[in-house]
Amino acid sequence: MSGRALRRWLPVAPALVFLAVFFVYPLVRMLVLSLAAAEGPFAYYAAILTSPVYLTVLWLTFKTALGVTVLCVVLGVPTAYLLASVSGTWRNVLLAAVALPFLTSILIRTYAWMALLGRAGVVNQVLQWTGLTVGPIRLMHNEFGVYVGMVHVLLPFMVLPVYSVMSGIDPRLPRAAASLGATPRRALSTVFLPLALPGIASGALLVFLIAIGFYITPALLGGPRQVMISNLVEVQVIELLQWGFGSALAFVLLAATLVLMALFDRFLGLERLTV
Amino acid sequence: MHAVLSATGVLTVAFLVVPIAIVVPLGFSASPYLEFPPAGFSLQWYARYFASATWMAATWLSTQIALGTTALALAIGVPAAFGLVRSPVRGKGLLLAFFMAPIIVPYIVTAIAVYFVFARVGLLGHPLGLLAAHTLLAVPKVVVIVAAALKGFDRTLERASQSLGAGPWTTFWRVTYPGIRPAVVTAALFAFLTSFDEIILSMFITGPSAVTLPKLMWDAVRLEIDPTIAAASSLLIAVAILILGTMEALRRKAAVRVPVA
Repeated sequence: MSGRALRRWLPVAPALVFLAVFFVYPLVRMLVLSLAAAEGPFAYYAAILTSPVYLTVLWLTFKTALGVTVLCVVLGVPTAYLLASVSGTWRNVLLAAVALPFLTSILIRTYAWMALLGRAGVVNQVLQWTGLTVGPIRLMHNEFGVYVGMVHVLLPFMVLPVYSVMSGIDPRLPRAAASLGATPRRALSTVFLPLALPGIASGALLVFLIAIGFYITPALLGGPRQVMISNLVEVQVIELLQWGFGSALAFVLLAATLVLMALFDRFLGLERLTV
Repeated sequence: MHAVLSATGVLTVAFLVVPIAIVVPLGFSASPYLEFPPAGFSLQWYARYFASATWMAATWLSTQIALGTTALALAIGVPAAFGLVRSPVRGKGLLLAFFMAPIIVPYIVTAIAVYFVFARVGLLGHPLGLLAAHTLLAVPKVVVIVAAALKGFDRTLERASQSLGAGPWTTFWRVTYPGIRPAVVTAALFAFLTSFDEIILSMFITGPSAVTLPKLMWDAVRLEIDPTIAAASSLLIAVAILILGTMEALRRKAAVRVPVA
């Protein structure tokens, strides 16, 4: 490499070397492990794709991620709309309310939901105190708990990109629609929301992408039937010491993520990952 | 429709904030169980947190590793951001994707990959292993934040400085750095928080001799729910509020773009 080329690459070199050693090398080693089954290189992958147990987990992961994404769109788009339609102090207060959970550790947020949804938790105590239920009802260690916890963690990933796009929409456009006779509802649905669509799409894709790799929430708020791919990877590697099989499972998850990320980059651009 | 959307938005914001707000009173409870409303006021859980050698050791270790991560991630990430924005290298799109990869790849995947390698070289349970793993997750955030600021930086200012006789070093410290300082400080805060809150990689690579605060909380949450966790959580929420306030103040001075991933 010539001296000039070396100088060009110098600023990025430390990062490249660091990532090569602590990221690329471990992943390559894991790939090798996943292909080292005694029965042939693709035996682990074949086992994953033919066993009903693992297919069920893959399906459950996909289904949960999709459900959580839909809920995040349904709740997140109105929230972003609210943020974009207020101004001054209110906007700052609401933005802080969305950003604070974003900056609070996922563990604390999941713990908070355990304190809220447990048998003797806040929600059950309120329900019994008001006489709505007689005994405690099961609000966690089931599908409900996982959905609540995941939507709570992932909502800011939906709200922030959508808000970023919505606050950039020229306010004269909906007003122009109104002056041409559109009802407020029509101006919103035919002018404002379509303009916000790129933000909604990137938020939804981002939420889905993060959701399929979730570990903490299903482990703490889910029951034995809410196992997602990540939880299965952990069980295989740590509890069953099946490093090769666990690696293959991890690669299935990685491949799904990379495909989604490539779609994101292709249609929306990686720059949308900042607000 | 405006009313329906706004009402949904208000309820959603409440849904986001209420769980965090509820943890704080739980930490001041006089009862040995999690009860709401808390039965009386007491500082016993905070006292227990500060008196416990285990909790203190974990807090201290997490602080040290987070400070180390911040320094290392800035040292690696800031030059990388400069290279990415300014160096005439090819394939910048690919380079950006590569730098962002550690926060895009599911953490569990990175966690077990790093676990296998650390197990072979004896870095499991070693603070340096934690430092390396946390830095891996902090570098992408530093790169993204600083690169966005550099893209928005007006380079005519630098040319003006150089035409007035300043060398590249003086120009950097007196012109470029003050311009991107809000972004660098924000990047440092993100790097600190990334390490301080990191749980998934830490879960795999901590050992009995190096337990971070989130790892200790994870074990505590799984075993029993004791309000000491609520006290520790409240303190971490206070740290998050402090960092959020600082970022807000910086954002008012200059537009800083932050990663959402």
